[in-house]
Amino acid sequence: MVAENVMELVSQIGAGVTDSLAYLGALATLGSRAAYYTFVGPFQGKPLRLQSAASQAMEVGVRALPILSLITFFIGLILALQSAYELSKLGAMNLVAKAVALSMSRELGPLITAIVVIGRSGSAFAAEIGTMKVTEEIDALEVMAISPVHFLVAPKFLAMMVMLPCLTIWANTMGILGGALFGVAQADFTLGRYIQASIESLYVRDILSGLIKSVMFGVTITAVGCLEGLSTGGGAEQVGRATTRAVVISILLVVVVDLVFTGIFFFLGNG
Amino acid sequence: MDREHPNLSEPRVVISLRDLRVSYGEREILHGIQFDVMAGETLVILGGSGSGKSTLLRTLVGLEKPSSGQIWINGQDIAAISNDELYEIRKKTGMSFQGGALFGSMTVGENVALPLREHTKLEDSTIEIMLRLKLEQVGLAGFEYHMPSQLSGGMKKRAAVARALAMDPEILFFDEPSAGLDPIIAAGIDHLILELKKAFHMTIIVVTHELASAFLIADRMVLIDKGNIVAIGTTEEMRRSVQPRVRQFLDRVPEPDVEGELDYLQTLTEQYRRHG
Repeated sequence: MVAENVMELVSQIGAGVTDSLAYLGALATLGSRAAYYTFVGPFQGKPLRLQSAASQAMEVGVRALPILSLITFFIGLILALQSAYELSKLGAMNLVAKAVALSMSRELGPLITAIVVIGRSGSAFAAEIGTMKVTEEIDALEVMAISPVHFLVAPKFLAMMVMLPCLTIWANTMGILGGALFGVAQADFTLGRYIQASIESLYVRDILSGLIKSVMFGVTITAVGCLEGLSTGGGAEQVGRATTRAVVISILLVVVVDLVFTGIFFFLGNG
Repeated sequence: MDREHPNLSEPRVVISLRDLRVSYGEREILHGIQFDVMAGETLVILGGSGSGKSTLLRTLVGLEKPSSGQIWINGQDIAAISNDELYEIRKKTGMSFQGGALFGSMTVGENVALPLREHTKLEDSTIEIMLRLKLEQVGLAGFEYHMPSQLSGGMKKRAAVARALAMDPEILFFDEPSAGLDPIIAAGIDHLILELKKAFHMTIIVVTHELASAFLIADRMVLIDKGNIVAIGTTEEMRRSVQPRVRQFLDRVPEPDVEGELDYLQTLTEQYRRHG
């Protein structure tokens, strides 16, 4: 009896691992095909749909600015409050600027940006492509000899790979401004001195590692959103399910990618 | 009418299926389908719901991969060729989907122009003229700036036909052309298919379960049931057929879904118990 249960557990774990690996494989396949159409295709007479990429960039990037600004401004403020709690005991309130600047640009800027983009765009990709799948529009593209990856996925990849680092820089700035609000109100900074202290505490590699991560987040979010859309089954209810799955899986994978890259940067000596 | 057209004096096989089997997972849907389609003929694939006729059409255009067998289109087995080669064949075929499958984010004109923009190097002004011509052919002149959501069901189907015609295909596939349309609009679509047949001598393959429409447009018919071919022949041959399954389908005899009287009673009582 016990042996049977153990066997069942093992086989379930095995099936789960196989499924997860197959999923990652599907993501990698979709990602590499999109990368082909983005970076190689244009030199082989398959021009990228730049107009579509531009309108995607507008949707993914520019339209996200208000909500992203608000969230990261608050996050910066929260970070300042939290670090002041400890730093004030040490009498080192002047380090608040450094704490906020470092944690924003190395970690929270890229991560919060990714989460906002997952909620706005990753889910939208899955819903858009999923609806097209249900209404046979994806099949129609195939039958017209137009690759859905070329037509739909590649412009999204390009837009996300360009816009996520841009949004991240914006998020870092807004976070630092949020911290500055506390710095000016509670820690005897002037706005100018706070910003100068922030800039002085940052090295290029701090910002760069955050930006590299954000590009990887963009690739991950697009791959998951589009793959979930493309593998939607029949029916409107499936579109909803695909959208939810896209959000949940994107958040999980973004955190995993974050961990992997933070680890790589740490062991490369940038930590 | 075949004799009137010089190209068709010698019938040429355009599509040829050999022992085609298709499975979804463990379940086999088509059990060895085999028939030929001649150039310029209109072949109607008839069958009830769940007969496998839609799967057959999806396999013919390469949307489903067969588990075994061959699909020869103009001498190439599309089950065995690369994706690029399949795309080359697809440029010479057109398909009109059941719901139209027009891209909701584009105008009707952009929908029709899409294959031309993607596959040809024609000037915008030339494409403009061509898309107007195609829309005129399907009776939708002047609708190029409408969005698909502004069109009625029948107009959507016409627009989908215009898009399928954009590349001047040799073979045209129709999935349930009259499904979901009222009889008058459906008859309009039938006449459109007849007009295309007369004007372009295209090879047309139609999947449908509408008998009236099938007998009106078909040169030959294939009746499919549970993944097997039941009968194949001209409309006359089908009409005169004495095969029980063909008669049942053509005479619209309902399927006896319970075995004996006792079973029937049992089903009834169960239904009462369930629904009160």
